[in-house]
Amino acid sequence: MILDRLNTLSGADTRVERGISRRHFLQTGAAAGGGLLLGLHLPFATPEARAAGGNFAPNAFIGIDTNGQVILTMPYVEMGQGTYTSVPMLIAEELEVDLSQVQLEHAPPDESRYGNPALGGLQATGGSTTIRAAWEPMRQAGAAARTMLIAAAAKRWSVDPLSCRAEKGEVVDAATDRRAKYGDLAAEAALMSVPANVTLKRREDFKLIGTPAKRLDTPAKVNGTAVFGIDVRLPDLKIATLAQSPVFGGKLKNVDDTAAKAVKGVRQIVKLDDAVAVVADHMGAAKKGLAALVIEWDEGANAKLSTADVLHQLEEATLSEGPVAKNIGDVTKAMESAATKVEATYHVPFLAHATLEPMNCTVHVTGDGCDVWVGSQILARAQTVAAQVAGLPVEKVRVHNHLIGGGFGRRLEVDGVARAVQIAKQVEGPVKVVWTREEDIQHDMYRPFFFDRMSAGLDKDGMPVAWNHRFAGSSILKRWAPPLFANGLDPETVDGAVEPPYTLPNMRVEYLNVEPPGIPTAFWRSVGPSHNIFVVETFMDELAHAAKKDPVEYRLALLDAQPRAKAVVALAAEKAGWGSQLAQGMGRGVSVQTVFGSYMAQVAEVEVAKDGSIKVHRVVCAVDCGIAINPDTIQAQVQSAVMFGITAALYGEITVKDGRVEQSNFDTYQLLRMNEAPTVDVHIVQSGESPGGMGEPGTSAIVPAIGNAIFAATGKRLRKMPVDTSLLKAG
Amino acid sequence: MATTIKINGVDRSVDVDDDTPLLWVLRDVLEMSGTKFGCGQALCGACTVHVDGVATRSCVTTIDSLGSSEVTTIEAIGQTPAGAKIQKAWLDLEVVQCGYCQSGQIMSASALIAENPNPTDQDIDDAMSGNICRCGTYIRIREAIKLAAKSLNQGG
Repeated sequence: MILDRLNTLSGADTRVERGISRRHFLQTGAAAGGGLLLGLHLPFATPEARAAGGNFAPNAFIGIDTNGQVILTMPYVEMGQGTYTSVPMLIAEELEVDLSQVQLEHAPPDESRYGNPALGGLQATGGSTTIRAAWEPMRQAGAAARTMLIAAAAKRWSVDPLSCRAEKGEVVDAATDRRAKYGDLAAEAALMSVPANVTLKRREDFKLIGTPAKRLDTPAKVNGTAVFGIDVRLPDLKIATLAQSPVFGGKLKNVDDTAAKAVKGVRQIVKLDDAVAVVADHMGAAKKGLAALVIEWDEGANAKLSTADVLHQLEEATLSEGPVAKNIGDVTKAMESAATKVEATYHVPFLAHATLEPMNCTVHVTGDGCDVWVGSQILARAQTVAAQVAGLPVEKVRVHNHLIGGGFGRRLEVDGVARAVQIAKQVEGPVKVVWTREEDIQHDMYRPFFFDRMSAGLDKDGMPVAWNHRFAGSSILKRWAPPLFANGLDPETVDGAVEPPYTLPNMRVEYLNVEPPGIPTAFWRSVGPSHNIFVVETFMDELAHAAKKDPVEYRLALLDAQPRAKAVVALAAEKAGWGSQLAQGMGRGVSVQTVFGSYMAQVAEVEVAKDGSIKVHRVVCAVDCGIAINPDTIQAQVQSAVMFGITAALYGEITVKDGRVEQSNFDTYQLLRMNEAPTVDVHIVQSGESPGGMGEPGTSAIVPAIGNAIFAATGKRLRKMPVDTSLLKAG
Repeated sequence: MATTIKINGVDRSVDVDDDTPLLWVLRDVLEMSGTKFGCGQALCGACTVHVDGVATRSCVTTIDSLGSSEVTTIEAIGQTPAGAKIQKAWLDLEVVQCGYCQSGQIMSASALIAENPNPTDQDIDDAMSGNICRCGTYIRIREAIKLAAKSLNQGG
């Protein structure tokens, strides 16, 4: 397999790094067992990534074996977002093969080779970066491989390469109609020089890109054969479940395990500093054993913590000035001369990921090594932490990645791997550590709580001349990728706040980094924008109201400098029938954003019942994400992200009392269900621009659209999420 | 003492406590991992199987409650006419995202159309609202159920 060939190629790496200009994006290596192997370097899409770039080591590989099978090895993982189909489409398009001929392999953990500069040099999948990173280099690599295959055929036949063409996995000599299959040509192609320049196909010639290609990973997911991390099977595997200190930072004081040990199937009780695990033959026995433990905790410093304290702490923080993330013009001066001033404060809660596959990790620690089976968005870090906890050199740890039953940022963390290794160190043989849903919710790492203070000055026509946004909350990057946190700021936390699409002549954004104690935070689908777009787009709606203008017209008037943003607002409004009559109790709300490299507007139609309960009936989304590589996946991702955001807007809230998370399972941490799901109409703007990210934008856009629709229906402005239905009761 | 339960037409003998939920017997004892664990409290539907054709949450179904009932899991549902139609519709309409909940969704949907060949939107809500999909594939699930029901009715 291709992974065996990487070692062969690594010699070539060194040579390339020493001598060849980095304008050469590809390198070739003699592939073990014959065939063609191309290594390519994927750059990354964000400005900070480009700034951090310059490293030329290949981080993806295309192999064509002697059977003609195309094997793509890349550092991204499939979490349901469809990149195991859309990235192979890029290769297949240029290589002129059927999509089914491309087979995908997980890259092994190796940060030096596969690190993603967009994510702090870590080998990670997240931030809707995959397609943006892959778009150019994957097509160039496909075109280069095609050129080399044609060159090999032309040499064999002693004809001009220009007389040959590639089609359906073969090279054809037009004059004589001779044909050679790629597999047959692969070994000879490997001897051809890598072309310095390749001609990419014209967009009008695309056969695959832009078509609704079938996903490659789905058949196994409908018949029960797909293997997620939690499904790992090994000989003599034991199952463990655990209780961690209910107060973050607390310690295990004492355990009476007499009754637990008497449970049939329970094999062992593992005590850790801050947790206890029951190891058993099956999860039924492990859970029964866990319930039979009598545990005493030393709750530690956070025993009195509550969410109200966090709110107070953050609100206080925003009374002082903070590091300036963005400054345009002179806000203070503009505010003084404004005809009207508008002020508001907002806050958003901690949120759990609640991936449907609960946290789990399987580990076998032996005398001189450690095997880890897990579904991870961040493979190399999983390997590193396992090595640290096991007390082994990194090369003694083998990480076997698996399908992920929902990532949303949770699998960018390795706390579950560390925990499983701690337990496995005390267990003979392999052990699968499976968290109960209650542990999963109560020991998540949460989307941070934020408090925002907004003010704006409007001119006599009601248009904004000053915009001031100051907010406080946790920085994930400060912990997760410290080099990206500088001068009190990080680019993720302020994403969506610092570059609104609107023309704002005087604008200031300040961020105060405050880390509430005792509540770990992490990336959560749509990251910074999950919070900032709610605030920016709700406040913009407030300004429109203050100006006595229609929310769509008001936005359009501020978008002349951003024609793509303006176009999606106009399209969403038109498709939603903006301005047309709605039934009593119904309202429409709009939002627009430019985040993750995509332009998106949404219109939500929301019904507010007399008891204050909310039903989202319909969502209309217009998106310009550049070239739509797989339109069917884009539609699916918007539908998905919208449902994710509705859950956040209507229900999402993790609260802490006495240091403990109060929610525990899907009765207290509700997720949207079938009977609550709206229709979602997705309109994709035809575009020739480079592709934008699509996994996340739909989530940040829907939350303010719902709030704005509630305002339209009731005249009540909700400045905190989730929606408090008690404020919406009629009368 | 060993208990015998009938899974996908085969008698299986397992030596676990009588009150052990079927889910863990399937996943950890019989190594049939297609049935998923989501919540352990019948709140999410990921663990749905059929017991005598009725969609049932295996995480709260103890093995001593099964008696001589026939249990069908995702591994065998494709052998039933309704299950095969549902699986095909799921692929035809690209329902799946991460896929973790889909075993349970398919089991609930198969039971629905086997029982009710012309489900209305309300029928679909009633049958499917116990199955959570965190990826939010509900729109396509609804369409796929209708497609599968139509196909089942046409015998095609």
